[in-house]
Amino acid sequence: MSSMQFGIFSVSDLTQDPTTGRTPTEHERIRGWIAMAEKAEEVGLDVFAAGEHHNPPFFSSSPTTTLGYIAARTERLILSTATTLITTNDPVKIAEDYAMLQHLSGGRVDLTLGRGNTGPVYPWFGKDIRDGIELAIEHYSLLHKLWREPVVNWTGKHRTPLTGYTSTPAPLDGVPPFVWHGSIRSPQIAEQAAFYGDGFFHNNIFWNKEHTERMVRLYRSRFAHYGHGAPEEAIVGLGGQIFMKSTEREAKERFRPFFDVAPVYGHGPSLEDFEQMTPLTVGTPEQVIEKTLAFRDYAGDYQRQMFLVDHAGLPLEEVLEQIEILGTEVVPVLRREFDSVRQAGVPDAPTHAARVAQAIADGTQGGEQGAPRRADAAPSEQGLRDDFDTGAAIARQAGER
Amino acid sequence: MTPVRIAVVSAGLGEPSSTKLLADRLRDATLQALADCGAHAEAVDVVLRPLAQDIAAHMVTHNATEALSAAIREVIDADAIIAVTPTFNMSYSGLFKSFFDGIEEGQLASIPTALAATGGSARHSMVMDTAMRPMFAYLKAQVVPTGVFAASEDWGADSGLDRRIAREGKELADLMTALPRRREADPFDVEGGAFQSFEQLLGHA
Repeated sequence: MSSMQFGIFSVSDLTQDPTTGRTPTEHERIRGWIAMAEKAEEVGLDVFAAGEHHNPPFFSSSPTTTLGYIAARTERLILSTATTLITTNDPVKIAEDYAMLQHLSGGRVDLTLGRGNTGPVYPWFGKDIRDGIELAIEHYSLLHKLWREPVVNWTGKHRTPLTGYTSTPAPLDGVPPFVWHGSIRSPQIAEQAAFYGDGFFHNNIFWNKEHTERMVRLYRSRFAHYGHGAPEEAIVGLGGQIFMKSTEREAKERFRPFFDVAPVYGHGPSLEDFEQMTPLTVGTPEQVIEKTLAFRDYAGDYQRQMFLVDHAGLPLEEVLEQIEILGTEVVPVLRREFDSVRQAGVPDAPTHAARVAQAIADGTQGGEQGAPRRADAAPSEQGLRDDFDTGAAIARQAGER
Repeated sequence: MTPVRIAVVSAGLGEPSSTKLLADRLRDATLQALADCGAHAEAVDVVLRPLAQDIAAHMVTHNATEALSAAIREVIDADAIIAVTPTFNMSYSGLFKSFFDGIEEGQLASIPTALAATGGSARHSMVMDTAMRPMFAYLKAQVVPTGVFAASEDWGADSGLDRRIAREGKELADLMTALPRRREADPFDVEGGAFQSFEQLLGHA
């Protein structure tokens, strides 16, 4: 597997095409996503990540349904999220849904956790946005347990307690999906990622490089502080936003009307200013390559690069064209160039196969929390969890109390 | 010891601007009062008019240009703030408000602050108490009791403007020297008090 993973991520917005005045239907956009994911695999990209929202103008309320469907239609693509709402979703349901997806996709799944910043979504799901960080900390600590301990007894502040709960299915091969913690502004989330030795994803697409550098540097130093390895061994992912044509002029002419009225940054700075300030590149594939390679200057050697390509009402045919250019002209060069300068000792991007091999090598199949290991189990049944007899385990725990 | 730094924010739109003029006078009065008690101080002018487009873009994208970032840093890292706005529709100008809206919660907490405003006539002088003080109270800045309002007529006749400016400058200087030097609370500084370690985070949960 290659040292870096490249992919596309989408927020799932329904936005009017400003050049035609037409807004795609939800159905068109949902089918469009499937076409994008299939295209991504076809042209050699590694990852497709689905956003999660619970309010219009977004359609992606149910990422595991989408990703499960894509998993069945692809062979190689890693299915991920951008992001999974760790605050308003029940961590128990996340544990179940993504373990299920992990089995169905043959281990081709990881998650990027985020808090969500839409105020009303919190009360709609019985939460309070002011508890955002606290929810992210508490919910993830439970999710982490559910994927590693066969029987979970748990009490917290934000969710009903669990006694004798076993999350099913157990993670594939006893190794949970890899988790990225995504945060744009909160040092607490970089700290959380570092504490667990998980990945940190900085979605830098609206931010200057100084800010990204500061977030990533904190994560790397705290990753080392918590004993997971050297700072450069931490697992980092970044975002990017691109629109390409064979000449810069052509690219700018075509994209400018979309840019000027885009959600989030439209009616704001000029395209040129925004390109100066953020990772956005509207130009030739060579310009995209040059700008992306420079991310390494401030983020260090990193593992995952995601691109936003279907934003601001861009029609599907053009989105597919962007994915085609990305896969055929940009990513092969990025792989080669990044590899040629990569420092020794920097870990490869995480995959299920590599994580299973690592768990076996480390002898951690018995589980971090001391669950017994079955020496006679076939390798595919071995893993961090051992939950062959839930009833007996509950009885045992009850006896211990 | 490094000199104390005063950020002088002025939101005047004219050129020359009476708001800037008032800010200059208040700045000089504060520096004089500090010098009188032997404190080494310097001031930096943060003029908002040239940043108007950057401030608007910041509102819609959360992305500050280099120039605006530098201006915000001057204010949040300052040992004291002098904030001066023209009066529009019985309040601070939108430009003034938008600049402070781009500063994150808590970043002005405990900073000694002096307020002043300009307007067409003395009938607008309540602006400091009805608009400016509530905003700075919310931001938890330490605002001095005197606020200078300068109407157009004050720039002519002897209206006591000089006396009011000197008094407010003295109040700000006194507050600055009485309070401990403020250190910016940086949530990325793992040695600093604002950093939350995971153990602390778990304690909250």
